[in-house]
Amino acid sequence: MTSDAPAVMVKDLVKRFGDFVAVDHVSLEARRGEIFGFLGPNGAGKSTTIRMLCGLLRPTSGQAMVAGLDVALKPEAVRQKIGYMSQKFSLYNDLRVMENIRFFAGMYSVPDSVLPERIDWVLEMAGLKGRESALTGTLATGWKQRLALGCAVLHRPPILFLDEPTSGVDPISRRQFWELIHQMAGEGVTVFVTTHYMDEAEYCHRLVLIDRGRIVASGSPLELKQQAMKGELLLVECEPVGTALELLQTAPEVLDAAIFGSALHLVVPQARSAIAGLRGYLAERGITVARIEPIRPTLEDVFVSLTSNKLEERSTP
Amino acid sequence: MSWHRLVAMARKEVLQIIRDPRSVGIVVAMPVIMMLAFGYGVSLDIKHIPVYVLDREGSWQSQDLLKRFQASEYFNVVRTVDNYPALVRAIDEGHCRFAIVVPWDFSRRLNAGGPVSVQALIDAADSNTANLAIAYSQAVVQAYSQKVQLDWLRRRGQSSVRAPISIDARTWFNENLESMDNIVPGVIAIVMAVIGTFLTALTIAREWERGTMEQLISTPVTALEIMLGKLAPYFVIGLLDTCLCALLGIWWFGVPFRGHWSVFFLSSTLFLLVVLSTGYFFSVVAKSQLAASQISLLATFLPAFLLSGFVYPIDQMPAAIQVVTHVLPARYYMAIIRNVFLKGSAITLLWKDLFSLALFAVILVLLATRAFKKKLT
Repeated sequence: MTSDAPAVMVKDLVKRFGDFVAVDHVSLEARRGEIFGFLGPNGAGKSTTIRMLCGLLRPTSGQAMVAGLDVALKPEAVRQKIGYMSQKFSLYNDLRVMENIRFFAGMYSVPDSVLPERIDWVLEMAGLKGRESALTGTLATGWKQRLALGCAVLHRPPILFLDEPTSGVDPISRRQFWELIHQMAGEGVTVFVTTHYMDEAEYCHRLVLIDRGRIVASGSPLELKQQAMKGELLLVECEPVGTALELLQTAPEVLDAAIFGSALHLVVPQARSAIAGLRGYLAERGITVARIEPIRPTLEDVFVSLTSNKLEERSTP
Repeated sequence: MSWHRLVAMARKEVLQIIRDPRSVGIVVAMPVIMMLAFGYGVSLDIKHIPVYVLDREGSWQSQDLLKRFQASEYFNVVRTVDNYPALVRAIDEGHCRFAIVVPWDFSRRLNAGGPVSVQALIDAADSNTANLAIAYSQAVVQAYSQKVQLDWLRRRGQSSVRAPISIDARTWFNENLESMDNIVPGVIAIVMAVIGTFLTALTIAREWERGTMEQLISTPVTALEIMLGKLAPYFVIGLLDTCLCALLGIWWFGVPFRGHWSVFFLSSTLFLLVVLSTGYFFSVVAKSQLAASQISLLATFLPAFLLSGFVYPIDQMPAAIQVVTHVLPARYYMAIIRNVFLKGSAITLLWKDLFSLALFAVILVLLATRAFKKKLT
């Protein structure tokens, strides 16, 4: 693999399960050393895509190149160059921490000469020093996730696939986890990560938004925020919110309206000029407006405006 | 094929076996329990049938006849009663299976040289036992009446009279006609069929059920390495279990071992390959531990028990069933292992069974290799 070749290149990837199209002509490219975020609601086709990239599922059509190799033709060679962490914890709960590490070191044929050093590195990274002989099943979720990451990188793969690595993990463990990811990316590892946490998406170098199997937007977090919104954003704090939302969805000049926490976010063509009109519109209809002002969009705004279904789990950044 | 991955796979499997109390139970307790249960439970000998007697005469001659029943190991005279209804009640209540009634004029008619009948009442609910009891009782009575006849002739001065024809039976291979000697080697085959299949039936299904398969198949390990790595520990365990069963048979049940150990190990190795691959195949196909273990019980235990010649001799089966038994690997192992224990024929005489067993081993190992795909659903 030459240094400028993309770490992951996907062309027109399709996966059908019967009549259901899980992944619909997805094309993307992830560069070396990039943290590539794959964003979308549950059931959007993120896991299906990542599984095809790891050679765990056969694509219906299309091509996937990982580390310069065609996954369909050379699955085992690809697997030696990648680390994979599945959405559901899938190390052996009935093995001890060290036994899991040794097992996966064996699966990746880590040479005996570097094994002690790698094991040490993984234990250090996962914060599991001193718990080598704990049964894996007894560890807390955050530790388990870091151990799973450790077992996936024992062979120092240039590409890492992480499928919702932080789901169900407490905020502190999540931050620690992302620090690890950044550290690895800094060392030149390409990290391909799926998530539905918007704050996590902000950590990525580049993002692809996927909804119902189709890519709806891509770019850096900043680019997405600037380009993907069809207008400018207004924050409205008012009472009662529910009625206001219904009214605003049909109000003139409002392109989109959605609830964010206790306030409303409106997409309008021009924020400054719309404020006065909207204030009057709401007041006429008996809504008390506490605050109305232009704001910079977050990824969540982008996401909501681009995807048809709402996120199941939402996190406020 | 990477030695590194193979060893890591096998070691992991051993650790999981050790950690799982259930598999330790299957490995250690199951062969012993099955050997004892079948060894004692499936005895086809009928001995010590409980007998009640009603002796209406009470002469020395009638007592002489009854003593012969008592002396036979097939009968056990448990009680003497003095009226007929007591006999009927004893049979009704199951206290005895067989009752003998000696008529009041027994010795008189005997001495007059006339025919005399002794009545036998038999509980024929279990027809097999009843048939045997009738046959045994006829033998006892025949021997007695022959003796009476000879005595009678001798008293008339014909001192050189002998019984005209007699069978001089010389039994081979199972000299004491102990059905246990035939059963126990058969039980070894049954135990191995069940345990071998059961052990591996869980192994792949467990990985699917616990979700560990996804991580495993994302590594470069090949399907063949997974299979060999998983089967290797079970192969060793299986061989140890076979030896355990054989030693139990020899030391506990006192079954002779006349063949050569090499034949025993060769045939056991082939049969283990057959059953371990079968279990592995079921595990791959079923993807759930419950389904896999049930399929393996149904598919191995019943045919091995009924159709391998274990209980019913194959040459006594209907022709169509006999044909079916040919696709049953247990049939060949059963034949070989019985031979190894009781006959000890040279390996050259067993080549047909060994060859068939080897053929099945090759087919099933290949089938198992092909069955598993490193893909999700």
